[in-house]
Amino acid sequence: MNALFSFTSGLIFGIGLIVAGMANPAKVLGFLDLAGLWDTSLALVMGGAIAVGSIAFALAKNRTQSLLGLPLNLPTATKIDRRLIGGSVVFGIGWGLAGICPGPGLVLLGSGEYLGAVFVVAMLAGMCVFEIFERQPELSSITNSLD
Amino acid sequence: MTIDWTHFTPFAALIGGALIGLAAAMLLLWSGRIAGISGIVGALLRPVHGDILWRVAFVIGLIAAPTLYRFFAPLPEVQINANFLNVVLAGGLVGIGTRYGAGCTSGHGVCGISRLSLRSVIATLSFMAAGFVTVLVLRHLVH
Repeated sequence: MNALFSFTSGLIFGIGLIVAGMANPAKVLGFLDLAGLWDTSLALVMGGAIAVGSIAFALAKNRTQSLLGLPLNLPTATKIDRRLIGGSVVFGIGWGLAGICPGPGLVLLGSGEYLGAVFVVAMLAGMCVFEIFERQPELSSITNSLD
Repeated sequence: MTIDWTHFTPFAALIGGALIGLAAAMLLLWSGRIAGISGIVGALLRPVHGDILWRVAFVIGLIAAPTLYRFFAPLPEVQINANFLNVVLAGGLVGIGTRYGAGCTSGHGVCGISRLSLRSVIATLSFMAAGFVTVLVLRHLVH
């Protein structure tokens, strides 16, 4: 049941990305190009998503369980450190390079776009690099010193 | 700053955004999970028993979305201007960055801001700023 709901959620999420224009990297870069001709559409995508999302999170606040009786896994981290900001900056540079973030990357893969598949493989490789560093005590001490 | 009115698609953007919000709402209220794509995918590389199926199902849904869309209308045109090497570099940076930063456009930008998390607001401002600067450098300073 849970898998069915998350499958449907992924499906709606992907349709939303396509409708919004987020699955078109050229449009995303048009939004990120403040100095050129600025396509503000994607600010409205975030606005629309946050408007609906806020209601859901407000509803979830008073609950201890999901509607399927599962625990509500809300993030508990509140620390603002170099890891959070540094990671986000590295992500932003990658996003600005091609105009693709993780969700649209997977949608482009599903559209049969060859470069979408290349992006997803490279992204998984990047995530593996993170895993390798996190699992090796001597390596993670290097990145933990960033905190 | 000049607004690009010819490519401005406010209604599609709002409806698409609302659908993304709806998907996040559904995953939260029924499955009790945050719809953060990088986290959903990333945690599969460190699989925990009993925490795999919903993640895989979500990712399959996302990948299947264009196929479902095609049943109703032709897919909108997609343009990827980056070349192969840039896409590889971009993917690698996105993979590493989203894991260290614990989220991407969906997890921090949509869900985090929706639940008024200061951490997510800071992360979103950071990756937005980095994205703006990267495009500024590549489009206006290098060329």
